[in-house]
Amino acid sequence: MQEFEPRIVAFLCNWCTYTGADLAGTSRLQYPPNIRIVRLMCTGAVDTIYVLKALIEGADGVLIGGCHPGDCHYQTGNYKVRRRITILKKILNRLGYDEDRVWLRWISASEGKLFADTTIQMVEELKKKGPNPIKQLWMV
Amino acid sequence: MDGINGVQRMNSTIIDVENKDTLGSLRKFLGGLLESKFVEALLVPKLLPSGDGFVQSLIKDSKMLEGSNPIAPTMAVQSARILSELTTEPFNGRIGVVLKPCELRAAVELVKFLRVNLDNVVTICVDCPGTYEVADYAEMVQKDRELSPQAFLEGVSEGEIRPRKGYNFRECCQICEYPVPLNGDITIGLLGLDHSKEMLLMAGERFEKELAQKLSLELKEGNSANREKVIEKVTHKRRKRVKVIDELKERVNSIEKFMQTLSTCIRCHNCMNVCPICYCKECVFKSAVFEHRSEQFLNWADRKGAIRMPGDTLIFHVTRMSHMATSCVGCGMCDSACPSDLPISSLFSLIGSELQEMFEYVPGRDAAEEPPVSVFKEDELQTETGSE
Repeated sequence: MQEFEPRIVAFLCNWCTYTGADLAGTSRLQYPPNIRIVRLMCTGAVDTIYVLKALIEGADGVLIGGCHPGDCHYQTGNYKVRRRITILKKILNRLGYDEDRVWLRWISASEGKLFADTTIQMVEELKKKGPNPIKQLWMV
Repeated sequence: MDGINGVQRMNSTIIDVENKDTLGSLRKFLGGLLESKFVEALLVPKLLPSGDGFVQSLIKDSKMLEGSNPIAPTMAVQSARILSELTTEPFNGRIGVVLKPCELRAAVELVKFLRVNLDNVVTICVDCPGTYEVADYAEMVQKDRELSPQAFLEGVSEGEIRPRKGYNFRECCQICEYPVPLNGDITIGLLGLDHSKEMLLMAGERFEKELAQKLSLELKEGNSANREKVIEKVTHKRRKRVKVIDELKERVNSIEKFMQTLSTCIRCHNCMNVCPICYCKECVFKSAVFEHRSEQFLNWADRKGAIRMPGDTLIFHVTRMSHMATSCVGCGMCDSACPSDLPISSLFSLIGSELQEMFEYVPGRDAAEEPPVSVFKEDELQTETGSE
C-alpha cells in the first residue's frame, strides 16, 4: 500500500512567512511537497471559517504562518489571529477533534530554514495521525 | 464589581404595592416615568389584543400602558435587537426600555460592537423568574382566560420558583445563572421581597439624582439580606446547568457525535437570525462565499461518493461558535427559533462558558470591557504557536 501523504493547506502572510517560504526555495532547501500555500496580506485576515473549510474539503492539516509578535506589518494582525485560532482549537478540542491538525507558527522572512523544518515536522506529525476524519464524512 | 454574582450595589428605596396588585404598581411606576417627563417614551411588553401573549411596544401616551407587563413571562423577541433598531441614529429625548436581565446583557454586548447606543436610553430591568415558550403561554391562557399575569410571580418571594403545572420554563431559563439584572439604570427587585406588599427599586449612578428628584424618591444605601439569600437560592437551584452541560459534553465528544446531535438541522439559519449577538449586517453565510458553481457540488459528491444537501452544517455551527460564543448571553432565542428542537443554546453555553472563562470575560457585565475577539494581550497564549 502506498504511504499516506498528508495534504496541508497553508495560509501565509505576505510579509514574513510567505517570504520565508520563498527564501527556503531560493536557498534550495528541501521540504516536502505536501503543502499548498495560500498567500495573504496578513494572518489577521484568516477567519476560522477558512480553516474549517480547508479541513472539511480535504486538507489533513492547516498551517497558519505569520510574523513574530511585534513584527506584524499591520501592527497587530498576528495577535488577533492568535486569539481567533485559539478559540477555534478550543472548540475543536471540545468536539473531540484533534486540534493539533491546526498549526499557528511565527516564521519571519529570513527564516527559510525554519519554514522548511516546520513543514517537514508537520508532515511527519500528520503522517502519524493519518487522514483527517472530517474530510471523509459525507454528512457535514 | 461587588455584590452577589457581580451585581452592582445601588442605592435603593422600597415601593409600596397597593391592594396586592404588583403589576398595577409596576405600571403606575412606569406611568410616573412618562408623566414626570423622566422619559419621553417607554419600550415595554404589552398584552396582545387576542390576550395570547405579549409584544414589546413603544409607548408615548401613558394611557396606552394599559395591558403593559414588565414581568411578561415570555420573550417573543430579544429586545436587544429592537434596541439596536431604535438607536441606530442619534435622537432627541430619552426612552426607557424594559428589559429582562439577559436582554440587558445582550444590549451591553451590542454597545461594544457599536450596534446599540445607550446614551439616550434608560434601561429598566425587573428580576426574571423565567420565561415560557410563546406557544406554551398562548396555550395556557387559551385554556384559562382567568389566568392572572401576577400568578407568574408565585414563589418569587421565597425563591421557590416552579413552572406552572403541565409546562416547563424554556430550557435556557432552567439553566440561567443571572435571574437578576447586572447593571440596569433602574432595577426592580422582586426576589426575596413580599411582592404583594412591596418592591425594591434600585437606581444606577447615571440617573440616580434625576430620578430621585422627578419622582420624589428617597434613595438610600442598603441591601436586603433576605433578597441576597433568595438570589443565592435561586441561582443555586439552577445547578441543573452543570448536569445539562455535562450530558451535552458526552453527546458531542466526537465530530461524528456532534453531527449526529445536529443531524436534523435544516440549515434555516433561524438560530443566527434571532441571535442578538450575531450582529453583522452582512453575514458571511449570506454572502457569495457560500454560493458554489454546479460543477463544484458535483466534484464534492464525486470525491466523497455523496454529500449532504444543503451542506455546510458543520461549518455553519462551528464558525458561528467561534465568532460569537465569547459574547453569548444564553438568552436561548436560538433554541426557541429552531424548528428541529436542537440544543443550540446549551451547546453555546458549553462552548461559551469555557471560552469566557479562558478570557476571564462575563458578557454583559460592563460596557467598558472589550470583547475577547477584538482585543489581545502581547504576552498571552504563547503555547498556541508552538513555543513551550
